[in-house]
Amino acid sequence: MSKKDPSLQGWQDNELARTLARFPERKDKFTCHGGRTVERLALPEEVDQEYLDKLGFPGRYPYTRGVQPTMYRGRFWTMRQYAGFSTAAASNERYRYLLEQGQTGLSVAFDLPTQIGYDSDDPMSLGEVGKVGVAIDTLADMETLFDQIPLDKISTSMTINSPAMVLLAMYIVVAEKQGVSADQIQGTIQNDILKEYVARGTYIFPPQPSLRLITNIFQWCSTNAPKFNTISISGYHIREAGSTAAQEVAFTLANGLTYVQTALDAGLALDDFTPRLAFFFNASSNLLEEVAKFRAARRLWAKLMKERFQAKKPATMMLRFHTQTAGNTLTAQQVDNNIIRVTLQALAAVLGGTQSLHTNSRDEALSLPTEASVRTALRTQQVIAHESGVADTVDPLAGSWYVEQLTDAVEQEAMQLIERVDEFGGVVACIENGFIAGQIEDAAYQYQQEIESGERVIVGVNEFQVDEDVEVPVMRIDPAVEDEQVHQLKQVKAERDQEAGQQCLSDLETAARSESANLMEPVLNAVRCYCSLGEICNVLRGVFGEYRGRAW
Amino acid sequence: MSSLQPAQLVEQLHRGDPRSVARAISLVEDQSDVGASIMQGLDQQRLDEALTVGITGPPGAGKSTLTGALIHHLRQQKIRVGIIAVDPSSPLTHGALLGDRIRMMDHALDQDVVVRSMATRGRLGGVCAAAGAAMRIMAASGCRVILVETVGIGQSEMDIASLADITVLVLAPGFGDEIQAMKAGILEVVDLLVINKADMPGAQKLLFDLGKGLRASDQVLQTCASEKQGTADLLTRLLSLEKMLRQEQKLQQRRLCSLRQETVDWSLELFKKRLTALVHAQHCTGIDPRVAAEQLLNRVIPG
Amino acid sequence: MEVYRVLIAKPGLDGHDRGAKFIARALRDAGFEVIYTGIRRTPNEIAASAVQEDVAAVGLSSMSGAHARLFPAVLASLRQAGAADIPVLGGGIIPAEDITLLQEAGICSVFTPGTPAQAIIKAFKDACQQQHQHRN
Ligand SMILES: Nc1nc2c(ncn2[C@@H]2O[C@H](COP(=O)(O)OP(=O)(O)O)[C@@H](O)[C@H]2O)c(=O)[nH]1
Ligand SMILES: [Mg+2]
Repeated sequence: MSKKDPSLQGWQDNELARTLARFPERKDKFTCHGGRTVERLALPEEVDQEYLDKLGFPGRYPYTRGVQPTMYRGRFWTMRQYAGFSTAAASNERYRYLLEQGQTGLSVAFDLPTQIGYDSDDPMSLGEVGKVGVAIDTLADMETLFDQIPLDKISTSMTINSPAMVLLAMYIVVAEKQGVSADQIQGTIQNDILKEYVARGTYIFPPQPSLRLITNIFQWCSTNAPKFNTISISGYHIREAGSTAAQEVAFTLANGLTYVQTALDAGLALDDFTPRLAFFFNASSNLLEEVAKFRAARRLWAKLMKERFQAKKPATMMLRFHTQTAGNTLTAQQVDNNIIRVTLQALAAVLGGTQSLHTNSRDEALSLPTEASVRTALRTQQVIAHESGVADTVDPLAGSWYVEQLTDAVEQEAMQLIERVDEFGGVVACIENGFIAGQIEDAAYQYQQEIESGERVIVGVNEFQVDEDVEVPVMRIDPAVEDEQVHQLKQVKAERDQEAGQQCLSDLETAARSESANLMEPVLNAVRCYCSLGEICNVLRGVFGEYRGRAW
Repeated sequence: MSSLQPAQLVEQLHRGDPRSVARAISLVEDQSDVGASIMQGLDQQRLDEALTVGITGPPGAGKSTLTGALIHHLRQQKIRVGIIAVDPSSPLTHGALLGDRIRMMDHALDQDVVVRSMATRGRLGGVCAAAGAAMRIMAASGCRVILVETVGIGQSEMDIASLADITVLVLAPGFGDEIQAMKAGILEVVDLLVINKADMPGAQKLLFDLGKGLRASDQVLQTCASEKQGTADLLTRLLSLEKMLRQEQKLQQRRLCSLRQETVDWSLELFKKRLTALVHAQHCTGIDPRVAAEQLLNRVIPG
Repeated sequence: MEVYRVLIAKPGLDGHDRGAKFIARALRDAGFEVIYTGIRRTPNEIAASAVQEDVAAVGLSSMSGAHARLFPAVLASLRQAGAADIPVLGGGIIPAEDITLLQEAGICSVFTPGTPAQAIIKAFKDACQQQHQHRN
């Protein structure tokens, strides 16, 4: 076979032609300085069967080279930077500013009480209200958050997991009040509970009822809010907790498989919900291993979907993902070095074919970033996009012996881990028996020991230090924020129709006790009556119980 | 809280003062002289009235979860309870990670739930040397029931079985080798067998396989500890078993055996220490070790 | 040979326990008996556990910025439990000016990102040693 291979022709005539017709490339001609043409897709001399099996063409199974035929020649990845603000009003002001500047997507970070289903006046919330994001207690806060923001025109991404159903319901009701129906709203909820048990820790309920909530959301949205991405299956936090690259892929895809299986078991049709699955990965500093990781993840997911679920539709097999650079690699020492780390990591994400990217600010690991450092972080992406040239050709590192070998290796290692998870009886069993958390902890411990012993050099930390005052910048949230939020909550609770609220909560309880009921409607009703997040979650706690961490 | 007189400490621990209970256990665990005199002053009646239950089984079977459920039921009946959770020490560094508390944190603020994590500190067999003393201190402080959680793999269940009044072996589908348990004759030394995780596939098969090795069919119970299912039953069984043992004077016999065994274990432990010191102090080169040992031993326990 | 028992706890709601777990393991490897309470513990729960376990020191970790309110709250709970003599050490993302504040409040050592494990272990050793001397 040669470059004139019929499959190449087929790809050009079908996937490529269709894409070019619908989405013309950014430029008519891509050239280097001096006029040399940049090829859209560099190929080996011989396009043989091995090439087709392992790499194939972009936008075609097994998607190793990317999910779109023209990748960033058509459109750059989405540069999505988010920030958390302590109150709904402050966030609203910021959002409106960003929208005026032409941004079309919003990203909401919630404070920890909200993420764990506690009201701001709960004793558990002490000291945490408004700390790492916005506090939402009732629909009233959500109304403030999106005041004068047209929810039919923007897409909103919400980092919320265990109580995702409640926050989504609030979002839908706010839209409703704007006259925007659910089928028009766009956005993403993280809604990935499984990684919370092993890495991030914002769980509320045990795994089984949590999976039911997720499936209820899939089901409700597939008919009522089909444009909404119902889950973002996240390896990011697994990696932040200290996993290796291969573990990140393995446990993320294993979680993905679990969601798919659970939804199928609940009677959903594969092609109805899988196109709404998105992934979220970490980009760390080992440039080539990270590139290989992204390529391996794409190929492995496509294979798994095809082989285990007999997927046929491209949208069902394609792994689309958001990437964030690795917060855990940022150092308090010589903070400017972090800009260089982020550059390497962002480059890895782009060379790996990400769909969107958040670049951390140099001081982000330590505090809310300053405006100047947020700008530099965005500029890092823009320099890669416009100046580096890596976006002008598709999957530029393909065919490197090292990168291909590494891609195979990461895929193989990840697959072996997935098989071990299967042998233990699946992800939920591995949460119970500690296999996944144990693997991550061992990797994290080993990594840290290497740093402590000096075997692994971290520039500015254990070598090349300078005499400096390592100062952690101040992340000062006015304690008055907490008091004010508690005050507002009291007011809302006093003014609402108590009886209607109680009725909604008791209906919700009844529905929760019946395993076949979908909880989305009862939650929507409760939200409409200004029942608080804490009240709703407490009803569910009563029925589902609470998850306690694994003994250690 | 510094340098308390033993008598004072005993008085306070009898009143259930949390710090005194905890400190008394440390003093015994650290083998101090004060610890020894504390043990002399404990309220014998309370010791007699308390029930100690060993909960053993392979890691991950659900021992801590089951213990948590038992605490819940005991507290519903307003029974003060003590829990000793034993985990192994590293033979290399002597350090230990004690993480069983995580599953019992529901009761962290309840003063009538006394939890103590203990490391084995070099004692083989899954139980630490001071576990017996810790049990008695808890009993003296008013704990009516004391649960001792130990990791049991293969043979080590024997030690807890000899220490506790009643021993429960916890197994779960997919955890630990049940065949191993049968070979080692463990089913003969434990009083109750709990098949936990009854909600998981394989529980029925496990029940069937193990049924063959049982003395009586009512020796086995199924639970789903994470849902507190079957756990109230388990408590009822434990308490009625206690009643029966007391009526038949068997509990007292068991205690006696247990105290004797503990005495032997302690003797060996202390003996080894002193012996080692003695041997190191002597310059007995040129003598065959076996002969030297005979000579030495004859001085202590004439054969 | 004296064995030191320490309690490692995470007050507040943040679930990032990579640091806490690393320290727990490092302390174990340095010969400590380490009791880990898991995430999301209230100050009262931490104090009650410290008392029951009769530890010689308590280590706290918080990454969400809630240290300023929660670390002193643990000290208060310990005082209330009659255990003001148990030293408390703390780590996390803690700005310089908070370090002084926390130390003034009675936290005996404060660690920030990049403090070497050996330094942390040494601080625990010293704190435990002092507490044990005070006992006898
Ligand atoms: N499915 C199921 N899981 C359980 C049950 N009991 C305990 N578990 C889980 O099994 C794991 C190990 O439990 P744990 O009590 O720590 O076990 P231990 O090592 O024997 O003390 C935990 O994740 C528990 O949630 C049960 O009855 N059913
Ligand atoms: Mg346990």
